[in-house]
Amino acid sequence: MIFTPWFVCKPGRETIMANAPPIAMGMPTSGTWERFGRSDARFRALTLAAACLVLLIFVGIIIALGTGAWPALKTFGVGFLTSTAWNPVTERFGAFPAIYGTLVTSALAMLIAVPVGIGIAIFLTELCPRPLRRAVGIAIELLAGIPSIIYGVWGLFVFAPFFQQFIQPRIVDALSGIPLLSDVFAGPPYGIGIFTASLILSIMILPFISAVTRDVFETVPPVLKEAAYGLGSTTWEVVWNVILPYARSGVVGGGMLALGRALGETMAVTFVIGNAHRIALSIFAPGTTISATIANEFTEALGDMYVSSLVAIGLILFLITFLVLAAAQLMLRSLEARAGGRSQ
Amino acid sequence: MSQTLYLRRRVRNRFFLALSVAAAGFGIGWLALILGTLLVRGADGMSVTLFTQMTPPPGSNGGLANAILGSIVMSGLAVGIGTPVGIFAGTYLAEYGRHARFAVIVRFVNDILLSAPSILVGLFIYELFVIHMGHFSALAGAAALAVLVVPVVVRTTENMLLLVPNTLREAAAALGTPPHFVIRTVTWRAARAGIVTGILLAIARISGETAPLLFTALNNQFWSTDLNAPMASLPAIIFQFAMSPYEDWHKLAWAGALLITITVLSLSVMARILESTRMSQ
Repeated sequence: MIFTPWFVCKPGRETIMANAPPIAMGMPTSGTWERFGRSDARFRALTLAAACLVLLIFVGIIIALGTGAWPALKTFGVGFLTSTAWNPVTERFGAFPAIYGTLVTSALAMLIAVPVGIGIAIFLTELCPRPLRRAVGIAIELLAGIPSIIYGVWGLFVFAPFFQQFIQPRIVDALSGIPLLSDVFAGPPYGIGIFTASLILSIMILPFISAVTRDVFETVPPVLKEAAYGLGSTTWEVVWNVILPYARSGVVGGGMLALGRALGETMAVTFVIGNAHRIALSIFAPGTTISATIANEFTEALGDMYVSSLVAIGLILFLITFLVLAAAQLMLRSLEARAGGRSQ
Repeated sequence: MSQTLYLRRRVRNRFFLALSVAAAGFGIGWLALILGTLLVRGADGMSVTLFTQMTPPPGSNGGLANAILGSIVMSGLAVGIGTPVGIFAGTYLAEYGRHARFAVIVRFVNDILLSAPSILVGLFIYELFVIHMGHFSALAGAAALAVLVVPVVVRTTENMLLLVPNTLREAAAALGTPPHFVIRTVTWRAARAGIVTGILLAIARISGETAPLLFTALNNQFWSTDLNAPMASLPAIIFQFAMSPYEDWHKLAWAGALLITITVLSLSVMARILESTRMSQ
């Protein structure tokens, strides 16, 4: 489909008017055309201004975070990134525990959500009986619709106590003799902590992964699958050797999109992570993330340096999510272009 | 030899397919668990007083009336500000920009904003408004929510306008209709259901948002309609009450959580129904 922009059509209409008979029945006068032309220009300018506003919001976020973060960045320098101090009394601040918590919770969440999300997509496209397909798809997508604060409340009141009482002590006991593992799963059972936050996060990002993956799986040409089945492949062999390689970049793109969500997720994590500015090897220990720190401490932060440090970790979060989301965009865009090219 | 190979392949197949079924069960299981507890514990706190009384101090009875009002006021304002901007920007991308470099950049930035952490939007509005006004206010809260509405509406509007067949535009243009008139009376009308879907999705998105409100609208224990003063909202009240040690506050938090979830899920279902009726047309 070739679309000719309106401004190209415009001179044509003027030519028609110039050649039109002077008294055509029902023809607008030249004044009408002028008015139309003016309101056209106005309407176009209006839409253009709205588009510019979107850009302005983006630039505004960078500038606002940058100016807010400047005092802290100037005082602490590059050491801000690696310092583990977080002391409002002495006004020494460092971003490392928050960055560490953000990256670890997101990585753990991805570790759980990616295989499960792909599994759901396989179930939806290859296994699920047709009448059920829609219902199951909607159910999974409803998970994306539940507000993050609900996950937080649920995680704090329902999941954490259950986990603390029944599961956590057993895991710690079972792994207590094994070298490395006993350090990773160690500590008193609080219920809340890095692992709980990661699990809640993984449930939240699951629908993003499974939705994108399912959509990409559905673009796999049936001929390819039929050919593989014709050679005697099992369903799993078709999935593993045909569908997944074909859909790889889409799956990666969807995963990056979900990772972007996980990195910035605030409320669900704030409830269950424990808000402790320290780095522990154990994933059962409480920790903090950038967004949870800001949510917990911003309104109570006294002193310019404290506020500025919180904005500074916000700026770091923005840069991390920007990189991840931009990579996701580029991947999914190139996929779209490829799909578009093939259909023509 | 080949017998064991076949067996191994069959077992492998069964094993991984079972895992995939388990994955679906995992997802649906969590949904059922969350909605189930929400219904049980939320229904516990449901009563008429929820809608008629203010949020109580710990230890006494009350409702969530001021928080419900605050959520409605701020969401309404945010949709009122964000929707026109979103529709116009989406129209620019679909009707005027299309392949222009500027439009490509706007599209890219918009998609980033769509998934950007909402707490950073709160910080942005704090730096932009709250610091300069010197106090928290409902207006700032609405502005933060509006920033979240815009990208959702831009994306759906553009997508829906692109689905409108070009022959419609060409037919209208061939009648001598000026471009802005074609857009307003033909393409917008053809894409109306889709654009409304986008607005519903945007409302669903912001009605559960907490993070951007924490340091823009703050919170308020009292009935307030002053847009220039801090205002309560359901998510902010839930955050405060759930994090508190008081049992009756927890009960209200659950009731509020149920209210929000019902609102958000019914909005998404409405959007989905609207979309499927459009698809079947």
